[in-house]
Amino acid sequence: MSGLALNNVTKEFGTFTAVNNVELMVPHGTFVCMLGPSGCGKTTLLRMIAGLDLPTGGAIRLDGEDITHVPTHKRNLGMVFQSLALFPHLTVGENIAYPLRIRGVPKEDQKKRVDELLSMIHLSGYADRPVAKLSGGQRQRVAIARALSISPKLFLLDEPLSALDAKLREAMQVELRQLQQKLGITTIVVTHDQREAMTMADTVVVMKGGEIRQAASPIEIYRRPADTFVADFIGSTNLLEAEADGTGAVAVLGQPVSGVSLGAGVRKATLSIRPEDVHLTAPGNGALSGTVTFVRDLGGTIETFVDIAGRQLVAVSTPRARPDVTVGQPVGVVLLPDVCVVLAK
Amino acid sequence: MTGALSKVYFFLIGLFLAAPMIVVAGVSVNAKQTLAFPPKGFSLSWYGEIFLNPEWRNALFASLTLAILSAALAVAIALPLAWFLWRRIAPWANIFQLLGIAPFTLPPVITALGLLTFWATTGFYGQPWTAVVSHAIFFVTLPLVTLSLGFTAIDRSLVEAAATMGADDKTIFRTVVLPLILPYIVSGYAFAFVLSLNEYIVAYMTVGFTMETLPIKIFNALRYGYTPTMASVTILFVATAAIIFSLVARFGDLPKLLGAMSSDDT
Amino acid sequence: MRREAPQKLSDYGPLFFPATMLIVFFVVPFATMIAVSFFQRQQGGFYVPAFQFANYERFLSLFFANVLGFSLMLAVTVAICCVVLAVPFTYLLTRMRRKVQIVWLVALLSVLSLSEVIIGFAWSTLFSRTAGITNLLVMAGIMSEAKALLPSFGAVLTGMVYQAFPYTVLVLYPALVRLDPTLTEAARTLGASPIKAFFTVVVPALRNTITATLIMVFIFALGSYLLPQLLGRPQHWTLSVLITDQAIYQSNMPFAAAMAVFLVLVTLGLVALTVLAGRKGEAA
Repeated sequence: MSGLALNNVTKEFGTFTAVNNVELMVPHGTFVCMLGPSGCGKTTLLRMIAGLDLPTGGAIRLDGEDITHVPTHKRNLGMVFQSLALFPHLTVGENIAYPLRIRGVPKEDQKKRVDELLSMIHLSGYADRPVAKLSGGQRQRVAIARALSISPKLFLLDEPLSALDAKLREAMQVELRQLQQKLGITTIVVTHDQREAMTMADTVVVMKGGEIRQAASPIEIYRRPADTFVADFIGSTNLLEAEADGTGAVAVLGQPVSGVSLGAGVRKATLSIRPEDVHLTAPGNGALSGTVTFVRDLGGTIETFVDIAGRQLVAVSTPRARPDVTVGQPVGVVLLPDVCVVLAK
Repeated sequence: MTGALSKVYFFLIGLFLAAPMIVVAGVSVNAKQTLAFPPKGFSLSWYGEIFLNPEWRNALFASLTLAILSAALAVAIALPLAWFLWRRIAPWANIFQLLGIAPFTLPPVITALGLLTFWATTGFYGQPWTAVVSHAIFFVTLPLVTLSLGFTAIDRSLVEAAATMGADDKTIFRTVVLPLILPYIVSGYAFAFVLSLNEYIVAYMTVGFTMETLPIKIFNALRYGYTPTMASVTILFVATAAIIFSLVARFGDLPKLLGAMSSDDT
Repeated sequence: MRREAPQKLSDYGPLFFPATMLIVFFVVPFATMIAVSFFQRQQGGFYVPAFQFANYERFLSLFFANVLGFSLMLAVTVAICCVVLAVPFTYLLTRMRRKVQIVWLVALLSVLSLSEVIIGFAWSTLFSRTAGITNLLVMAGIMSEAKALLPSFGAVLTGMVYQAFPYTVLVLYPALVRLDPTLTEAARTLGASPIKAFFTVVVPALRNTITATLIMVFIFALGSYLLPQLLGRPQHWTLSVLITDQAIYQSNMPFAAAMAVFLVLVTLGLVALTVLAGRKGEAA
């Protein structure tokens, strides 16, 4: 089978389990982003795929071959480190040629490949510069070119864009995605930036506490989060407690709502509703009733904070659909059933 | 494979470092006054000899007194200097930093000979206190380096915070700086103490003819033949150094003192 | 705290004691030594003031050329041996667990603090006929008869490497601890085996540190004053030994001082040369 497969991969440090029984299939040519808060095990998982850490259990297969115990330098992969790890004693060209030199590629072929890669990253003519003289974005590109110089089977990146400023980061995200699509290389990126993951990935893997909480396409993750953690971690959301009385009637925050079902036999659940899906109307008419506590007008969007029975809910609207509310005013909140995601308690 | 290779390498280096001490330890427990290894018989009497024989006991006390006093003097020179350099912008004062580091960096014979000619010219040659001053100057480098390191580790905003609460320079030094720098004072003292205990050439050139420290005593004994007490003193020295440095490591941050950046580097 | 230049005279207060001590007991003695190197020796006493170059003229002999040459050669050999042994050792040490590192650091400091007298005594015991390692070889049946391995050049070299090795490790330690561990990891992901990564990344990245360490160990080894005496033959005596010998046993302080001044000049000159060469190499 073509691609990368993780089977029950586990990593324990003493009594601490950093990665717990991870099962994941990455088909050839896909772009995967591993996303999660710090300490969720995403970097450890990436290091195990690279062979820099050894799993304490499970197996890693690449194109059907078990590589769990193959040493890093025999895995033929390319990796970009958070620190970039450009060799300070080598020039730009020598850094990019390093994997080729190590493999005994003839000098002329090395030079040809380096020129090719430099033009790919728009740094032609930079071969003889010392890496210390480059800007952050340029160093970034050199690290990427170096990792790709042997055309590896697997392209791994550990928080690759975290050192760049916001604007450059956004631009590099697009560039990296375009490059990956052009080369068709299986790519795994570790990040804690959900915007980065949404921009680049075919598949987003959300991790917490060493386990995968959900692995799906970005839009699926956003629209159909698997649990409250994923719903809250990806974008912002309103999490509301809901109760069913067994006859089909459902109450949210103690107030009856119509049209929402928690599913058969479920008495308690959490509803996730994105702020842009919250509708504000006049009080009454079966809407939840609350009070406006704050209005944040950001120009492009308007956030309205509503207090319902002591819980705060946020509604986002565009200036065109600006709700006619002021602070302290009672307001009705409509939960449309097709945008509410019911999550198990 | 590489792991095994490095284990073998570490074992060989460890053996190289330990071998002379193992042989000396073996020699030190010989039953009779013979230089034999593996030891013939077993006796700890050569350790008792250090404390019972008046010559060795006097040398031990001379060495201890010298080390205690000279290390204290070295810290007394280094502390205000390191503090001043941290507190003030005075580039020309860095010359004193350099002067503090030079005695230990130059070949020891140079410092020793300089002090010898100085004491001889001023007429104090042979006085026991000249050894204390000589050692303090020779080893001032050690507390100076550890204290400079310690000061750079102090967050300057702590001092600012104390000043906003109404503390003047002296109070800040006493209530904020001193408690934070104390571990570095202790380790600087410990380094100077252990090295002074072991030092030979400076002590020998300054007071060698009037006072016998332990290293001088060992050397003199070595020239007139062999006695197992030399072996037992050697082991006593190694053990003392190991214990003191272990204590420094136990209560301080040894890797950081030796220049590692942060304590959570593993 | 804002660091500021001293405003009032009293701001200089803390500097007073350290500055006085260092000037009176280091700068003045150093100057005295230089002065004495031009003085005339007095039989039975120390010396009488004079201004003569006789003490320096004595260097211009084949004997001193030989001693100087041997001293430099020995120090260079010791420095190279130590650095070759210590670079991989320190690199591996910095990659170990903290607790293990501390144990090794304590051991290294303990050996480093040992007096040359003790190191000399310990190695002369180890190399002796009656208590030396050859006895173990005899017991193991490798040798037929125990023998003394000293005095010899090998013994001097071993003793001096033993003395300088912990120093070398401690000089290298800060730079190696700070070496970004992802550099070797990167090399490994790019296809270099751990040993290849060590030679293609760690060693070249530390080129300047290694050069500086070579100089420091070289100076350290130049200062060895007892080991050549205790473990070697008279032809293995170094300039430091001769200085000690002249000052103490021959009571010729002016000559000893002249040699000491010469040693300082040679040391500083070589250091300056190396630093200059390093600068040029970097600029190119």
